[in-house]
Amino acid sequence: MSNTEQKARIILNEADINRALTRIAHEILEANKGSEDIILMGILRKGYPLAQRLAEKIAQADSSFSASQCLGQLDITMYRDDLLKIPGRSPEPTQLPAVGIDGKKIVLVDDVLYSGRTIRAALDALKDYGRPDIVRLAVLVDRGHRELPIRADFVGKNLPTSSDEKVKVYLGDTPNAEDRVEIMHAEKAGE
Amino acid sequence: MKHLLDTRDLSLEDALNILDTADYMREVGTRTVKKLPALQGRTVVNLFFEDSTRTRLSFETAEKRLSADIINFAAKGSSVSKGESLKDTAQTLAAINADAVVVRHSASGAPQRLAEAGWIDVPILNAGDGTHAHPTQALLDAMTLRQFRESVTGIPTRGSTLEGMRVAIVGDILHSRVARSNMWLLHTLGAEVVFVAPPTLLPIGVEDWPCEVFYSFDEAMETDLDAVMLLRIQMERMNAAFFPSVEEYSRLWGLTPERFKTLDKSKQETAILHPGPMNRGLEISSIAADSQQSWVLRQVNNGVSVRMAALYLLMTGGSSADFQTH
Repeated sequence: MSNTEQKARIILNEADINRALTRIAHEILEANKGSEDIILMGILRKGYPLAQRLAEKIAQADSSFSASQCLGQLDITMYRDDLLKIPGRSPEPTQLPAVGIDGKKIVLVDDVLYSGRTIRAALDALKDYGRPDIVRLAVLVDRGHRELPIRADFVGKNLPTSSDEKVKVYLGDTPNAEDRVEIMHAEKAGE
Repeated sequence: MKHLLDTRDLSLEDALNILDTADYMREVGTRTVKKLPALQGRTVVNLFFEDSTRTRLSFETAEKRLSADIINFAAKGSSVSKGESLKDTAQTLAAINADAVVVRHSASGAPQRLAEAGWIDVPILNAGDGTHAHPTQALLDAMTLRQFRESVTGIPTRGSTLEGMRVAIVGDILHSRVARSNMWLLHTLGAEVVFVAPPTLLPIGVEDWPCEVFYSFDEAMETDLDAVMLLRIQMERMNAAFFPSVEEYSRLWGLTPERFKTLDKSKQETAILHPGPMNRGLEISSIAADSQQSWVLRQVNNGVSVRMAALYLLMTGGSSADFQTH
């Protein structure tokens, strides 16, 4: 692992991530013509901190938007299509905003869009909780290689990759490390 | 973890993993759509050689919530009553491509035999065998105790052990697989376990187990208990005179109204648990069973969640190396 870490190249640094999120926040407001009925659902785990940041930025731009009341987290473990192969993982709680999601305009938030399978699982999970009006998708990085007919509405950065590369997103995981997005070569591609 | 046969050999890590997953599963029961697609298209056989209502109901609910296909096999009125052996039954289930077997049997060790004999190579979940083990009951009790502690101290359930809790298990320890499974699991989770029973209802060798033993319920109650678990007096197993009379048992080892009143005299709160079905007026009085301190219905509710968690963890992710077999 250590020799692959050395080859890691930083694609987005902390300031880049911040700028991308600010832009996406405004794009969300623009597409929605205001902040009415917007609910941000972060896909666990990395999508949730991103959704939190987006919610704060939307609240800054539009004072009628409450960052805490329009934010939720979604665990999609039970909806994955590879449950038989991946190690049994203990799911984390899904938390919906108190207002629910019926008739709302949901923005799903995730860190990296790759095969699209996570998003398919998220769509399946959402339908078990209610019937939103619209579901949109915001991702920090779109690295291509889709395996399903799914696309993002809001993208922080389009990143052409080869499938033997690995994209890793750090968002305040470790105390002293800066937020960043890295790309590295790996024998077996992950994310 | 390939099977769930006993809590004795369950590691702390595995136990916490099941309990944390169960916390998640509990939320599913509160939704309008009470279903997860996790076990879609997979077949679970409920193999019940011994009568059971609640455990089977609970397992069946759990299986349905995970979208599994269910085959119920009760020994009564089946090929078993025509003399079919466990081996042939197991091989039949293997031949119809069952993906997991939930088994209850009156003989201690039957689930283990099923798991290890090589007749069928799928996860086996013990739903109670003889006087040996009832792991899902112990897990649901531990889940309930974590929730009780959260309600008292605010310590969140996720990832937490039962360190520092003192739990009394009262009644027929001798015949109780629930008591045994609870003792091993609660011990692993760091709780102190106290057995309270007449000497005739304690098994030989109890002194080597990680528990304290009291013959007097009143004395045990003076030791700051966090929870009291009453066991059902199993009339069907009372083939010898273990105590003089039902009335005397109730007076000395039952949670009578008088004892219930003294329960909360010590400053800390005490939870009341019972694996069910309750003999009201025998081991537990109605006033205790219906009180605020009673967590009995929560136990039933948690049973579904714990069984969902066990089924999910055993039936998915077969290739995991860090989650090894017993």
